[in-house]
Amino acid sequence: MTAPTTGAAGDVTTGAAAGARVEFRGLYRRFGDTVALDGLDLTVEPGELLALLGPSGCGKTTALRCVAGFEHPDEGAVLVDGRDITGVPANRRDAGMVFQSYSLFPNLNARDNVAFGLRVRKVAAAKRHARAQELLELVGLPSVGERYPHQLSGGQQQRVALARALALEPRVLLLDEPLSALDAKVRVTLREEIRRLQLSLGITTIFVTHDQEEALSIADRVAVLRAGRLEQVTDPATLYDRPATPFVAEFVGTMNHIPGTASGDRVTVLGRALPVDGPAVHGNVDVLVRPEAVILTPASDGTATVVASSFRGSTARLRVELADGSELLADVPGHDSVRLAPGVRVSVTLVDRPVLVSEPRVSAGA
Amino acid sequence: MAALTPAPLPGDAPASSGRGRKGRPRVWRVVVLSLAALYFLVPMAASFWFTVDDPQGFSADAYGQIFSAPGFGSSLLLSLGLAAATIVVVLLLTLPAMLAVRLGAPRLRPVLEVVCTLPLVVPPITFVAGISTVLRFGPEYLARTPFYQTIIAMQNPDFPVVLVLAYVVLALPFAHRSLDAGLRAIDVPTLVEAARNCGASWPHVVFRVIVPNLRSALASASFLTLALVLGEFTVARLLSFQPFPVWIVYISGSQAQVSVAVSLFSLLLTWLVLLAVSVAGRNRS
Repeated sequence: MTAPTTGAAGDVTTGAAAGARVEFRGLYRRFGDTVALDGLDLTVEPGELLALLGPSGCGKTTALRCVAGFEHPDEGAVLVDGRDITGVPANRRDAGMVFQSYSLFPNLNARDNVAFGLRVRKVAAAKRHARAQELLELVGLPSVGERYPHQLSGGQQQRVALARALALEPRVLLLDEPLSALDAKVRVTLREEIRRLQLSLGITTIFVTHDQEEALSIADRVAVLRAGRLEQVTDPATLYDRPATPFVAEFVGTMNHIPGTASGDRVTVLGRALPVDGPAVHGNVDVLVRPEAVILTPASDGTATVVASSFRGSTARLRVELADGSELLADVPGHDSVRLAPGVRVSVTLVDRPVLVSEPRVSAGA
Repeated sequence: MAALTPAPLPGDAPASSGRGRKGRPRVWRVVVLSLAALYFLVPMAASFWFTVDDPQGFSADAYGQIFSAPGFGSSLLLSLGLAAATIVVVLLLTLPAMLAVRLGAPRLRPVLEVVCTLPLVVPPITFVAGISTVLRFGPEYLARTPFYQTIIAMQNPDFPVVLVLAYVVLALPFAHRSLDAGLRAIDVPTLVEAARNCGASWPHVVFRVIVPNLRSALASASFLTLALVLGEFTVARLLSFQPFPVWIVYISGSQAQVSVAVSLFSLLLTWLVLLAVSVAGRNRS
């Protein structure tokens, strides 16, 4: 995973419009029987890249579309720099958007696509063409101006769409899963470039995604949504290390549930007492442990057995069966996967640091 | 201002034209095409033969007489006028309705489709019986209202508006099919939202984004409507108007060769329009 890039607001290096503060205030939106937004309260700071992360149907796209003006909340308001824009028509909002599906106008070439908004504003032809060329250079496509969308690859189309979204120098950039239709390699390159561009322009950006790796790798903060409600909003490292709810813990990364016994601020798990991260608890609990916090040592007298191994290059993920029949996942360095092959008996310990606990669930394992 | 690194230019550009299926014997294509060609060409060749056949041998007189035949100009102009008006009305009716349904009420799509296809299953004779009943009794009921003049004016033989209205109904299925195919080929909601996001007003969205991308669909809807109006006989004849097709039948009584020559001439005209439409469509893609 790419290390999270941080720092935004202070890094504005251009004269472009600085980002605006975007606030969601008690947004409520219902489609028939489905509640898409259930009182969403969230603030996006100026110049920040905030990722809206969640499973499909969690309301993340609806929230974004409320900012763009394509959806209208049943209750609540969207504020940009303190101004309520809930009633402002979509074509009068100061927000550029890149869509999930390819959205370039098929009848216009790349340059005219980028210049579309300028043409709407009746900017003179020479001026708007020069600006479109400048933006195409900005997104790394200096020589495709004359090409039509069907002559561009998917990644190029999304770059042109990004240039089009930036053409009117909006103060908010809305990205609605813009990378989901692209292949894996282009996706990684383009998301890093989006981040670099966002930092240099200092534009407030809301990035909707269901891909946690994408969210963690480029966002200043990640907001996890579930059933139209905000579960947690924090920086990527905290989100991963200290998920606020079991849902976030499950959704972001992989989490083992290992049965343990808590007594106050310590919990005994796998024969060892570890400090509890959070309020004191008592009784049977599930201890939540990331696969990389599980340490496996080959031992002939070990009580656990490796049952499966999947090699991932730099790491390998192993499935380990404990003495009581439950299973957990462990990540080990790739080169260790040879000596920790399936069938090998191992002893299991956990990294010595505070652990999260939750109510015990019926089936153990990951 | 930091720029993104240049992306590789597409060697990987999306492959557009698929290769034809190979291994299919060419001879079958020739056979099928020849059979289809025979089916169309034999009656036309026979018609042509009829128009140039003369006791003294070959004569192109029938073609020379087309333009001087009484009523040719006025009936053709009437038909072209009716066609133009029908095209305008049918497009103004279907395109906004289809866009509105697609954007605002996708669930109504099947309803719209059924309504637009209905004229195909109603026989023109039934249709015209209904219209003539209305025209017969309408003036009686409307005698004391301002609509009396309207219903009379609709039947002005110089430009019978009632025929335009009837043709609009008959052309609905064809216009709907063409536009539906065109709308299916583009992602209307996304394009509309992209344009709105760029600051475009609704009229701008329709005329600068939707219409240009539907150009070939609009052209084919117009062409089908034109072909329908230039060939429609039942409704016009039974309502006692004399546009082009009615005139051809009328003239065939006295000048059979000229009437067939005119038919071939109008066929040629239609083909030329079709060719123009398909060339325009090809330029778009």
